Amino acid sequence: MADTKERTPQSPAPDPAAREHARLAMRGIRKVYPSVVANDGVDLTVMPGELHAVLGENGAGKSTLMKIIYGAVRPDAGTMHWNGEPVQLRSPNDARALGIAMVYQHFSLFESLTVAQNIALGLDRSLSLANITARVVTKAKEYGLDLEPERPVHTLSVGERQRVEVMRALLTEPRLLILDEPTSVLTPQAIEKLFETLRQLAHGGCSVLYISHKLDEIRALCERCTVLRAGRVTGVVDPRQQSTAGLSRLMIGAEPPRIERPRSDRGVVAVRVSGLTLPKQDEFGVDLDRVNLEVRRGEIVGIAGVSGNGQAELLDALAGEDRRAPSDAIALFGESVGTLGANARRERGLHFVPEERLGRGAVPSLSLADNILLTRRASGIVRRLGWIDTQRTQTMAAGIIERFNVKAGGSGAAARSLSGGNLQKFIVGREIDATPKALIVAQPTWGVDVGAAAQIHTALLALRASGCAVLVVSEDLEELFTLTDRLYVIAAGRLSPSVETAGATAERIGEWMSGLWQSSAEASSNAA
Amino acid sequence: MRLEPRATPSKVMMFASPLIALAITVALGTLLFVALGKDPLRGLSVFFYEPVKSVYALTELGVKATPLILIALGLAVCFRANVWNIGAEGQLLLGAIAGGGMALLAGPQTGKWILVAVLIAGVLGGMAWASLTALMRDRFHANEILVSLMLVYVAEMLLAYLVYGPWRDPKGFNFPQTQMFVPGTQVPILVPGSRLHIGFLLALVAVAAVWAYMFRTLGGFRILVGGLAPRAASYAGFSERRALWTALLLSGGMAGLAGALEAAGPLGQLTPYVSPGYGFTAIIVAFVGRLHPVGVLFGGLLLSMFVIGGELSQSRLGLPKSLTAVFQGLLLFTLLACDTFIRYRLVFARQRAWTA
Amino acid sequence: MDSVALLLAASMNAGTVLAIAALGLLINEKAGVVNLGAEGMMLIAAIAGFATAVHTGNDWLAFLAGAMAAALLAAVFGFLVIWLDTNQYATGLALSIFGAGLSAFAGIGYVREKLPARGLHSIPGLADIPFIGPALFKHHPMVYLCIALTIAIAWFLYRSRPGLVLRSVGESPESAHALGLPVRWIRFAAVIVGGALCGLAGAYVSVIYTPLWVEGMTAGKGWIALALTTFATWRPARVLVGAYLFGGVTMLQFHLQAIGVQVASQLLTMLPYIATIVVLALISRRPHWIRANMPASLGRPFHPSH
Repeated sequence: MADTKERTPQSPAPDPAAREHARLAMRGIRKVYPSVVANDGVDLTVMPGELHAVLGENGAGKSTLMKIIYGAVRPDAGTMHWNGEPVQLRSPNDARALGIAMVYQHFSLFESLTVAQNIALGLDRSLSLANITARVVTKAKEYGLDLEPERPVHTLSVGERQRVEVMRALLTEPRLLILDEPTSVLTPQAIEKLFETLRQLAHGGCSVLYISHKLDEIRALCERCTVLRAGRVTGVVDPRQQSTAGLSRLMIGAEPPRIERPRSDRGVVAVRVSGLTLPKQDEFGVDLDRVNLEVRRGEIVGIAGVSGNGQAELLDALAGEDRRAPSDAIALFGESVGTLGANARRERGLHFVPEERLGRGAVPSLSLADNILLTRRASGIVRRLGWIDTQRTQTMAAGIIERFNVKAGGSGAAARSLSGGNLQKFIVGREIDATPKALIVAQPTWGVDVGAAAQIHTALLALRASGCAVLVVSEDLEELFTLTDRLYVIAAGRLSPSVETAGATAERIGEWMSGLWQSSAEASSNAA
Repeated sequence: MRLEPRATPSKVMMFASPLIALAITVALGTLLFVALGKDPLRGLSVFFYEPVKSVYALTELGVKATPLILIALGLAVCFRANVWNIGAEGQLLLGAIAGGGMALLAGPQTGKWILVAVLIAGVLGGMAWASLTALMRDRFHANEILVSLMLVYVAEMLLAYLVYGPWRDPKGFNFPQTQMFVPGTQVPILVPGSRLHIGFLLALVAVAAVWAYMFRTLGGFRILVGGLAPRAASYAGFSERRALWTALLLSGGMAGLAGALEAAGPLGQLTPYVSPGYGFTAIIVAFVGRLHPVGVLFGGLLLSMFVIGGELSQSRLGLPKSLTAVFQGLLLFTLLACDTFIRYRLVFARQRAWTA
Repeated sequence: MDSVALLLAASMNAGTVLAIAALGLLINEKAGVVNLGAEGMMLIAAIAGFATAVHTGNDWLAFLAGAMAAALLAAVFGFLVIWLDTNQYATGLALSIFGAGLSAFAGIGYVREKLPARGLHSIPGLADIPFIGPALFKHHPMVYLCIALTIAIAWFLYRSRPGLVLRSVGESPESAHALGLPVRWIRFAAVIVGGALCGLAGAYVSVIYTPLWVEGMTAGKGWIALALTTFATWRPARVLVGAYLFGGVTMLQFHLQAIGVQVASQLLTMLPYIATIVVLALISRRPHWIRANMPASLGRPFHPSH
């Protein structure tokens, strides 16, 4: 198996001694799921105190590999050595006993419990809550992490929640800490803070495995980097000595796709939100507070922000799923639509691509043709007495599949049988196919592979050029900077004034993501 | 041995599951007969041969299948909408009460139209009862499972109150029953000499109608999406409230129709024993029928065999009638277990050790 | 005065049945599992307990038999919903139908049997206090045990680590699994304990509460107990209070008949069911509040590979 593996010139030759001195040595790891080979002959060596990155795009098999190391998934083949000794893990408990700790991408926290209780649940030993609280306070001081043990988790911000996760890991005194895409939800400032903690930890001898697809972060933090592509290792390199193009080649097998930006002229205001204030509907939701927003034809406007700051609430209000807004708080081409439902707004040309693809943008178990019916009922597919023209829905689905290059088993394929990227292409395609006058897209490329992301970006830019007003809500700053003409930032249910993307910097937007625009921007917003 | 999710649900298991479940239930039933010291062959023939051995037996099968199919069609729509109406028994009783009440108004001179009035009253009665559940859920967010079930007990008491009280036949020797309805209200018989009535035809028409509604109209699509993915329904602009009311009114109306047909058909009067639990058996019919109208047709016939088998085992084998409920429960248990293998497959673990 | 004291006493007695069952269901639901089979389990336990009492004459053995019979059914339910990932509602319904059928089937030979009425346990000193004594301190020991059980469960859930683990599983089985907690076994244990308590309540019905066997004799008490957990917003103490209130409503009909109110008995019998609906509507009308208290994963299946 090992000799069939492709190796790139940069990768150092496998060192027999490395296995003995290594904190962790994985060899020939293979894991097959019913529809995909997630890991295929993967080798990974992590030295003590090393900051080691695992780089790969969505679906490359990074998460599977981490779950294997953490004992949550068992491999079909391969060996694992810990400090030179062969080990076989049966559960995360085994991994923790060795000194392996994990911070998942999706936090494993319990909303209704306090910070201390959450941490207690992650520790194997039964300690009193008072004892745990004392330890948390000590550790927090040592690493400069700010945490209140008595607060219930649902009152915490995303950054604070991650601190709880990290604290839980730290209290186990780990020898290897795994972090799976830890920065996807953090502000740039919070990322820097996290990196400081990790460097301090590595300095104390703990190895860190850092899983990411963000090249600049890996270059800023890590000394060594194992690159995965389609379940195989394509290189082991020092990321600090690699160019972006070089890493990208290893990761996706090609240069990052270039995106053309066709010319576009700004037109009239398509979507206008004025002074929108909405109390939250859900216990764990966010109140919208005097939101003002404007999107013109022929421009792409972005809303940056850490998720959970009111994006979901604002999108519900814009799309018409939440109809509590005063009628004139939301206007579409000058018409007040605040109390109209989702379908009425769609009939007026406002289309929407939600963040959740399966279960919201598409019904997982229904065919693509049936999923056409969700948003395209205005296009003559429903006859008298509500009779559905199934021929037409199939033709339309087939047309979208073709036009947007969706890989799917035809218009009859169930939505859930598509990969994330292809389903997103279908959903975005379904809305663009309706020739909308205004389109709202939430997280257009979240969890999507690089190729599909480029296609989606290109399609959105083409839509802009055709005079459509596009609003993109995303957590991915890089995406917003490549795509948008103008940027807003949302924080704690309030929306910042907008800035031209060309004149914005990541630092400034990052500061605003913590809600700190009032002082710096009040003056300029009056001017705008 | 462990379960592994399938990449796509198995079509084969979708159809095979009810058959395997039936086979397991029969096997368990055989064991039960042996344990009770009864000849298992005789026991099984009472359930699976006697109900189909003659034309008359077949008509009886149809008589009992009629309410089961009608109710289960409505429940299939409800369950697909993720509205857990388990109070169809109560809706059936209200249909019987309303239909029966209408029939009691008729005199010897009343025209043939009275039958239509009886059936419409039944439908409205069932709908009214179901609308209480819808109201509680819609207006107060009260759990529809508990509300609809509590209303079964209330409906039973209401029927008992009427036949013991105001509606009791004064010449009925104090038995809890109404007068026999006048002949004009009798549901027309399909096969002379049997009890099979046009309600069975209505049930067949309903199968086709519900199929078309569910799979060919926007109304049915709204309901399906609401059950499969509530957030997608809200995204599409489908009203959750409308789906709730539609599903409950439809299933309540169907159950009410079944109740009126029972009262004006085989029974010809109201007693406290209008239904041998059709409303609950229909839940099993709906699941056995894969919540699909055509499946419900077959499920209704099968569960009708169970009902007849239970009655026969009382008279022929001296076993309690509750045997039917035992088998029904077993069938639903095994069916649910078998349905697991639509979504999962069994993997016999090679010792999944870490191998180099 | 005396009749009011007796009404209070009877309410506590009737409430004890509901409280024990509802506390069991509370433990189920705190782990994220809804068992709609409560009624079926109570019926099976009622006949198992009754038969044991007839043959052995020992009430405590009868309680044990009831609890074990129901726990056995709960184990089947638990296996199906936890390992085979079946729909919790449908499986619970199957259990209810099966339990009702099997208990009727098994109980056919016991329809004419009778158990002697049981003596009540007076608490020395307190029982002699006028009014309060007969109302509160002259009961079957199970009534007092039920109060102790409520306190014990409250302590378990909110003061002990296993209780914290149980709640965490009900809150987010995915997170609990990620932390390495044996989610399925914890849920299974909760289902078994819940079943055993429903069984205890069922046996109490047929051995003490109305010492005889009639088909379907629990008359919806299992379903009312299910409603009680919502009514109590999943708090043990509120379960007990709610159970006593419902016991009171059940007893009120007899009281009204006894004092000669001219209403048909069938209409009075409707009272507890209508009360359940009204109370559910009142308590559920603020969905925020229910959602804030409800175990977040209630009714949701969990499969570790997802």
